[in-house]
Amino acid sequence: MEKTLQIKNIEKYYGNRSSLTKAIDNISFDVERKEFVAIMGASGSGKTTLLNCISTIDKVTAGHIFLDGVDITKLKGNELNKFRREELGFIFQDFNLLDTLTAYENIALALSIQNKKAAEIDQKIKKVAQELNIKDVLHKYPYQMSGGQKQRVASARAIITDPKLILADEPTGALDSKSSKMLLERFQYLNQELQATILMVTHDAFTASYATRVIFIKDGKIFHELCRGEDTRKEFFDKIIDVVTLLGGDLNDAL
Amino acid sequence: MLFKLSYKNIKKSMKDYAIYFFTLILGVAIFYVFNAIESQTVMMKVTSSTREIIELMTNMLSGVSVFVSFILGFLIIYASRFLIKRRNKEFGIYLTLGMSKRKISLILFFETILIGLLSLVIGLILGVLLSQLMSILVANMFEADMTNFTFVFSEDAMIKTFIYFGIMYLLVMIFNTIQISKCKLIDLIYSSKKSEKIKIKNSFLCIIIFIISSILLGYAYYKVTSGVNSIASPREILTIMAIGAVTTFLIFWSLSGLILKLVMSMKKVYYKGLNSFILRQVSSKINTTVFSMTIICLMLFVTICVLSSSLSIKNSMTANLKELAPVDILLSKTRNIPMEFANDYGYNADQIEDSYDTIDETLQKLGIQEDEYLTDQVNLYYYIEENLTLESTLGKALKQAKKTYPSLDYQSPEVIVKLSDYNKVAQLYGNKTYQLKEDEYMIIADLDSMVKLRNEGLKENTIITIDGKNYHPKYQECQDGFIEMSSNHINAGILVVPDTAIDIKEDSSQIEKEFLIANYKAETEEEKQEIEEIFTKSDYQGMEEKVLLGGNTKLSIYEASVGLGALVTFIGLYLGIIFLISSAAILALKELSESTDNKERFCMLRKIGTDEKMIHKALFWQIAIFFAFPLILAMIHSFFGIQFCSFILETFGEEKMLASVGMTAIFLIVIYGGYFILTYYCSKNIIKEK
Repeated sequence: MEKTLQIKNIEKYYGNRSSLTKAIDNISFDVERKEFVAIMGASGSGKTTLLNCISTIDKVTAGHIFLDGVDITKLKGNELNKFRREELGFIFQDFNLLDTLTAYENIALALSIQNKKAAEIDQKIKKVAQELNIKDVLHKYPYQMSGGQKQRVASARAIITDPKLILADEPTGALDSKSSKMLLERFQYLNQELQATILMVTHDAFTASYATRVIFIKDGKIFHELCRGEDTRKEFFDKIIDVVTLLGGDLNDAL
Repeated sequence: MLFKLSYKNIKKSMKDYAIYFFTLILGVAIFYVFNAIESQTVMMKVTSSTREIIELMTNMLSGVSVFVSFILGFLIIYASRFLIKRRNKEFGIYLTLGMSKRKISLILFFETILIGLLSLVIGLILGVLLSQLMSILVANMFEADMTNFTFVFSEDAMIKTFIYFGIMYLLVMIFNTIQISKCKLIDLIYSSKKSEKIKIKNSFLCIIIFIISSILLGYAYYKVTSGVNSIASPREILTIMAIGAVTTFLIFWSLSGLILKLVMSMKKVYYKGLNSFILRQVSSKINTTVFSMTIICLMLFVTICVLSSSLSIKNSMTANLKELAPVDILLSKTRNIPMEFANDYGYNADQIEDSYDTIDETLQKLGIQEDEYLTDQVNLYYYIEENLTLESTLGKALKQAKKTYPSLDYQSPEVIVKLSDYNKVAQLYGNKTYQLKEDEYMIIADLDSMVKLRNEGLKENTIITIDGKNYHPKYQECQDGFIEMSSNHINAGILVVPDTAIDIKEDSSQIEKEFLIANYKAETEEEKQEIEEIFTKSDYQGMEEKVLLGGNTKLSIYEASVGLGALVTFIGLYLGIIFLISSAAILALKELSESTDNKERFCMLRKIGTDEKMIHKALFWQIAIFFAFPLILAMIHSFFGIQFCSFILETFGEEKMLASVGMTAIFLIVIYGGYFILTYYCSKNIIKEK
């Protein structure tokens, strides 16, 4: 299988010589094409830092990150912006939709900053709205939508550019369980039917159980890895819970 | 502890305070500069009459200062309210930590004192420097000699600035305390979380309101330009101004909805780059600030009109003088007052007796050897004829005239001059001389509105009757000219008739006025000044009770109009600059106060991969549109407003106006443009990634 994302011995330190914090301590793993990977860890385990490094929002202290063979830790300035808008799709915990724009316009923005034509934009939005079931809210403003709807709009914005990799940071963090389930099913659909590669960070076992592989992080290091294989979601969930129990600490509250 | 907190707050939020601080400094500096003008003029060598005008000017300027301090006071209170709003969250944290509201007020109190003192000191330093430049301008205005230039510092102006701004800052403190005591903790903490509601206006309603207000505005424009003669009373002008203000508001209201709709329908433009984002940003802001937009637009409008009118007045006044004050002196004397007339107008017996003396006789009585000082003398009389009034010279045109100018006195008697007398004067003045047949008359006038009015009468070939004999007009139009010197074109009309038409004895009450027009027998300016003093000596003052001699001199006309021009210019400059600063500062503060929201939005744009260049461009256009919106309408208003001003003042030449409009444009670009650039850089700084 092709490797979309290769992470090689990355490290991220915060602070100065006298008080050094290793947020990421020598992590390496690969994400293959069409994979749906979840990264789990307690708060402070370094999972968000990891995601920020992959998304080029933050810079690694050491190591390399390759996306389709390109070392993104070497990108600078506008190359970074170009990389973000063309290769990556972002989904945030707090949606990050622009409150002054309608859902339609929010989604369109991801394409219009790539100077795509209006007609093409319209076509793509209609398609993605169908897939994510947000046709009814396209002309509403963020304040008129529910959390689940907002997150699906944000997901639409993330996938509309056909990114190589979709990064999701606690996408269900601000959602109730029903909306979470609906969103995750959409993720699964994107992954299985549209062959999207998804890397998701979460501390919630239920959310993670929708992935095909789960990587556990503790204190900046990889602690364990689980593959779903032929398991049902329920079985996979139970396995995840076992590891979470093993991990102990505050991840227990994820139950 | 609290003081330390205040100090650190200011240091930390200097970026946010920059515009506020800058405005305060400018306000202080300008306030000082205009109040220090008197001290700047002390060193100038000027005549006593100019000195009097300067005194009048400083008095007026200090009156205007009170008004200015009100504007600045409002501006400062408005600005500090913004700054408090920006810091809601910070205050929320203080409150949750258990700090009392009194202590928060105290923090703000210290901050106001710190900023106030700092801005006062820096502003005064700037003011003192600027006022040295001002001296040059003042000297230039009064055409005074600047050879003994010294550095001037005005203590009075400084104390005044301290007191006025002290009061303003005190008011700010009171307002801050009130605002803090009113706010609720929950609102403070969650103020940034409130998501913005976007109201889309009904576009049909918008279109209708836009059309109606455009028509109304067009009507107002018509009224002050082409239809200007039909304005009968000041009340009507007020109505027109009210229409202008209301329609401005409605146009902003409707346009903010319409433009968005319009661009949204142009999908190719709307979905290009960040256009949709920029447009939404601007329209949401304009939506919520229609009222302030209106105020700013009107302030800009007043600024443009005041600046360009006041700047052109001085130019046009001095330009007219060469033509309108061609000789050194003109003495006039009311003559031959009949007894029955005297009581009605309150003349005393001495004056009546005196009125039967000629000017020559009066001068002799006063002990002035006329021939020793004067040359090129011309004597002439104004006659009046019973029943020959404005009404009778207008003839058939009267009805129409009364409609257009309802407020004129149509019963006032017409002034008549003999042709030979007029030609003598015209020759001396270098004006055109005329010939008339036995039964012809003509009218000399140069006041535009009266020329227009009288031309109607002349076109009707109106016959006038003098001493039982009829005369018809030689020309169908008034001829340009004047007899009495003045600083403006104010000759409302003189009837010139053949010499044979007037056969009157020396003591007839039909002689209304006598004139003696002459030049001084002098070569140099100094000699002229000496003769001037003989004729205008204060010894004659207090003789008005007995002697009816009056007059005007070239020198006094020059000084008066130079002084008047300077007075108008300074007041115009003062108000114009303050208005300009206020409106630009409000816009800048509005823009910056939303920078925290904007910061988040731009952050999102960055996260989805927008180029820095694109983001800066979006920010630039967002601010540019916000600044340009009120300016454009103000400029359209001004296009008509300036025409109205020039109609009222009737002193402008086209070219002069262009120059002063150019000057106004420079002021606009420097101050308004300066605020725009400053706002852009401040916002850019705020949205920068950390």
